[in-house]
Amino acid sequence: MNMDVQNLTFDDTIYHIKKGGEGAVMEINDLNLWYGTAQALYKVTMPIEKGMVTALIGPSGCGKSTLLRCINRMNDLVDGLKINGEMKLAGENIYARGADVIALRKRMGMVFQKPNPFPMSIFENVIYPLRVDGVTDKTILEETVERALRGSALWNEVKDRLQESALGMSGGQQQRLCIARAIAGDPEVLLMDEPCSALDPIATAKIEDLINELAGQYTIAIVTHNMQQAARVSDNTAFMYLGRLIEYGDTETMFQNPKSPRTQDYVTGRFG
Amino acid sequence: MSAHVNMQTATPDKSIPLSQPTTRATDIRARGEPFTWALGGALALGCAMIIGFLVMVFWNGLVTFVPKPVIAVTTTDNQVTAGEPTRTELYKPQSADLAALSPQIQKSISDSDGFASRTMFRVGNYDLYNEDFRWVSEFQVTKTEAPKDILFAEREEWGPLIATLKNITVDGQTIETADIHDPRFAAAHQTSRDRRKRIREIEKDDIGKINFQLDELRIDVRKAELRSGRDSTDHAVAQTTLKEKTPQLEAQYKALAEEAGKLRELNSRNSAMFVDITGREKSVALDLIVRVYKPNDMSFFESVGVYFSRWWEFVSSEPREANTEGGILPAIFGTAAMTLMMVIAVAPFGVITALYLREYAKQGKLVAFVRISVNNLAGVPSIVYGVFGLGFFAYVLGGSIDQLFYPERLPNPTFGTGGLLWASLTLALLTVPVVIVATEEALSAVPRSMREGSLACGASKWQTIKYIVLPRALPGIMTGVILAMARGAGEVAPLMLVGVVKLAPELPVDGFFPFVHLERSFMHLGFHIFDVGFQSRNSEAGKPMVFVTTMLLIGLIFAMNVTAITVRNRLKRKFKGSQF
Ligand SMILES: Nc1ncnc2c1ncn2[C@@H]1O[C@H](COP(=O)(O)OP(=O)(O)O)[C@@H](O)[C@H]1O
Ligand SMILES: [Mg+2]
Repeated sequence: MNMDVQNLTFDDTIYHIKKGGEGAVMEINDLNLWYGTAQALYKVTMPIEKGMVTALIGPSGCGKSTLLRCINRMNDLVDGLKINGEMKLAGENIYARGADVIALRKRMGMVFQKPNPFPMSIFENVIYPLRVDGVTDKTILEETVERALRGSALWNEVKDRLQESALGMSGGQQQRLCIARAIAGDPEVLLMDEPCSALDPIATAKIEDLINELAGQYTIAIVTHNMQQAARVSDNTAFMYLGRLIEYGDTETMFQNPKSPRTQDYVTGRFG
Repeated sequence: MSAHVNMQTATPDKSIPLSQPTTRATDIRARGEPFTWALGGALALGCAMIIGFLVMVFWNGLVTFVPKPVIAVTTTDNQVTAGEPTRTELYKPQSADLAALSPQIQKSISDSDGFASRTMFRVGNYDLYNEDFRWVSEFQVTKTEAPKDILFAEREEWGPLIATLKNITVDGQTIETADIHDPRFAAAHQTSRDRRKRIREIEKDDIGKINFQLDELRIDVRKAELRSGRDSTDHAVAQTTLKEKTPQLEAQYKALAEEAGKLRELNSRNSAMFVDITGREKSVALDLIVRVYKPNDMSFFESVGVYFSRWWEFVSSEPREANTEGGILPAIFGTAAMTLMMVIAVAPFGVITALYLREYAKQGKLVAFVRISVNNLAGVPSIVYGVFGLGFFAYVLGGSIDQLFYPERLPNPTFGTGGLLWASLTLALLTVPVVIVATEEALSAVPRSMREGSLACGASKWQTIKYIVLPRALPGIMTGVILAMARGAGEVAPLMLVGVVKLAPELPVDGFFPFVHLERSFMHLGFHIFDVGFQSRNSEAGKPMVFVTTMLLIGLIFAMNVTAITVRNRLKRKFKGSQF
């Protein structure tokens, strides 16, 4: 499928998103990104509506993770990365010269593909964002742990063993712990990169339920490989292909009546 | 695909069944098994040799202190030799000696291809015989016996005495007794030993303290002179203090010296008269006798007692008799202190270097070059480090420290010569590549997902390193430190240049301010092995000590490693079960 990329032509992105009423918390304008000389994102323009769940779908290697990792500047770790365009969180350009990356990351939470709890106790894992922030007040920490673990539907399972190592938990529990950690700092945006791809179906169902529950409280951007999942959990869906944003609209339309033939091909399983 | 087509065209005759073997049996050279066997065999051989060596060292080390029987042999020339048989070997007697022998013996020797057997006896009594060991050929022996009343006495001087007791003199009164279990003997011996101990305490601690105070006063004077000049009030005050206090200290000194002299005088009146196997008499002051026992007439418990009391003396006291006897406490202490200080120096230095190289430095040609250089440092001969340590640490650094902080003691060097500190630093330098390489490896083994998880929580790079990366890399870092420790504790060559000595009278830790004296030279088990076994006047007597000391060195390194490995494993268990 990559053989004649050069000859492919791309139309402009088709938009038909559902508005949340509170406006866009995140605005991405004309974002181009290169890993060294290889361009990975082309002129992506995409508002992320506040308080809604936005799913990113597309074939492997199309740049979903890259785009997601731009939002909290995780890509800064990559050598030879080049970016132009604009990315605004609540009106501030996060790639502005002198922008505080650490402060930015504190306003977001991120959940990764594989659960990555730290080799510490469950308690310490959840409050890690507060620890690095210098919070030492015991009552605040305890309240946070309870709120975050309740938020990630883990409280009842672990409330009696908060001091035990997080590494003794099952994969699904570990991933929910990572979600608890991500929401412990009360983020404005919650970023999830294929959070279920390393989990079994039961754990996956639990996480999906959790996302639905969190949907009201947080703005969520989730990358997923699984189209049913995108359909189940999201309000808006963005379809990406070869580094371009092809179509971005409300989830129902995207899956039932997509406007772009490429989206049509992908959601009906003709490629990808 | 195309290969398949070609094959078909090459074999048009389809009647040949495919299953028919068309290739030769596999060449032996193409198979791996013989090599596997050879390599496995080589490994097994290597292990066997190492285990054999350890068994030999430990066996010899453990039996060294077992009291051995004393055998008295009479030879054809009517000479009697009494001693501990130490080893027996075959040798070729000279033809001139053979000619003098009886025809029967000549025949039996020529029957065994001209070889005869001889035994080495540890005869002791160096002050009488001028030799410690004597060979006795088997064919010369006419009578062998184990006299019950013979004694083996270990002495502070002249090595062991092998003789019988004739009488003892207590307070100038001669008491006829030939029994070491006689309470009068035991009591007198104990008193003499206690007095000797007290004399030593006086000379070492009490008089040492006075000398120390006098030295300090003199140094104060010199200090004042250097600080404010010869005619200053400062100098005058210091001089007055010295003048005022000197008589007082000297009076104290005199009193102590007198006390010691009195004790000595008393001790000289306690002695024992021994008679050796040939009838020669030898009087020995009782305080010089460390322990005495009847090698041929003692119960099992007595042997065990002698065995353990020898061990205790060995690990708890200072050497005597040119290191071939007595204890090796200073060497144990020196080795342990030096290794610990080396670890204290090498661990932070190596870890910080590796952290910078791996986490902060821009990975480029320069860093690659630094990394190669660090790896190559591990291959530099250790004596070169010794030369460097002496030149840089002792002469340059230590010399400057002396100039700055101890000018009043010059020209006597304080830090400007080899010592514990410089030896530790030299070894730290020698082993730092090991720590750097291991730490770098441990750091790069920390999964990326861990770092990203931490950064995504809003942690800074340093916080990520501190909370996530370092704890996780700690077992790997510990492995590096353990390797460095093992390497450093066994190193001897560079130490000979930077502070290890044959005999260090003072431990680096004592009761005089500032209590820890890092500038002092020290003793080391590795060097002790070299010195006692191969450098002393009496290397035959030192030989068993080589084994005991080797055993102790191996034991010490083993103990330190086991401790470190236990700590590391405890850490590792913390990370078990993590699935990254
Ligand atoms: N760190 C990186 N360095 C270089 N190329 C990368 C890096 N990460 C991703 N890429 C490339 O960028 C493209 C998009 O990758 P990614 O965003 O991970 O895709 P997706 O998550 O949609 O599967 C791929 O072609 C991938 O090879
Ligand atoms: Mg991805």
